[in-house]
Amino acid sequence: MHAISQQLSPTIGCTGIDLLEADTFDLHCFQSLTGTKFFVVCEPGTLYMDVLLKLIYELYTDHVLKNPFYEMEMPIRCELFDLNLFQAVQKDRVALLGR
Amino acid sequence: MLLGIKLSNHLLQNAELFTLTYGAIVHQLLTDLEEVDEVNKQLDQMGYNIGIRLIDEFLAKSNVTRCVDFKETAEVIAKVGFKMFLGVTASVTNWDADGTCCSIILEDNPLVDFVELPDTCQGLYYCNILSGVIRGALEMVSMKTEVTWIRDMLRGDDVFELQVKLLKQVPEKYPYKDDE
Repeated sequence: MHAISQQLSPTIGCTGIDLLEADTFDLHCFQSLTGTKFFVVCEPGTLYMDVLLKLIYELYTDHVLKNPFYEMEMPIRCELFDLNLFQAVQKDRVALLGR
Repeated sequence: MLLGIKLSNHLLQNAELFTLTYGAIVHQLLTDLEEVDEVNKQLDQMGYNIGIRLIDEFLAKSNVTRCVDFKETAEVIAKVGFKMFLGVTASVTNWDADGTCCSIILEDNPLVDFVELPDTCQGLYYCNILSGVIRGALEMVSMKTEVTWIRDMLRGDDVFELQVKLLKQVPEKYPYKDDE
C-alpha cells in the first residue's frame, strides 16, 4: 500500500500513507527511517494517534529490539512489549499529550 | 548479548561494568578463536548485529530527521550517536572531494579505559565492535558503508580514527512489480 501510494501521490517527496479515513475507522501509519511501519486502527476522528505511534515506536525499540532472543523481521512475541503496549493504549488522552 | 547500557554521570558503576564486560568479551574471544583476525571479524559481526537494532532506538529517542546528505549523517553519528550511547562526542574530518568518505575522531573512548594491549595481540582492533555498529546502523537506513580503523590509541596513536566510506545508497525495494 505504501509503495502504491508513493507512486500515485500528486505531491513530490511523498513517503507513503499517513492516514486513511474510512466510514467506520481511521488507519494511522508511522514509518520509521529504517522502513519499519506501525499502524493504528481507531474510531474515526480519534486524536493524538501520531503521539501514540511515536510512543509505540519507542516501546518497540526497547522491549522488542533490545530483546536478544527476538529475531529481526519475525512476528513479535515479547510479553513486555505486549504489556507496555496495552498500558499505553489504555492511558488517558491527556497523559499522552503531556509527554 | 546487547551492550545497550547508557552512560551517565549518575551511573559511574554502570560505566565501569560496561568497560569490564566488553573487556571480558574480547578476552574470551581471544581465548576461543586464538587468531587475532578472527576476533576482529567476530567483533565486527557482533557490532553489526547491535547496530541494526540500535538504529531504531537512536531514531526514536533522538528525534533526528532524515539527513540531507552523507555529511550530515556523519555529523549526526559523531555528535548525537556517540553522545547518546557512549557519552562522548566525536568529531568529523578528512572529507574527500565527493563527500562520500570521512574520518570520525574519538579522543575519549570508554571501551578502552584501563586497557593495554599485550604484544601477543598485535593486529587486534580492540574496539572493532564500534565499526560494526556504525556499518549495521547505516545499512538499516539504506547506506552501504565500509568502516575501518585508521588510528588506534591502543596501538600508540594519539586518537581513535574511524574512516567511514559510503559505498552506495540502497533504497528500500518493494517486492511488487508493476504490470507490464
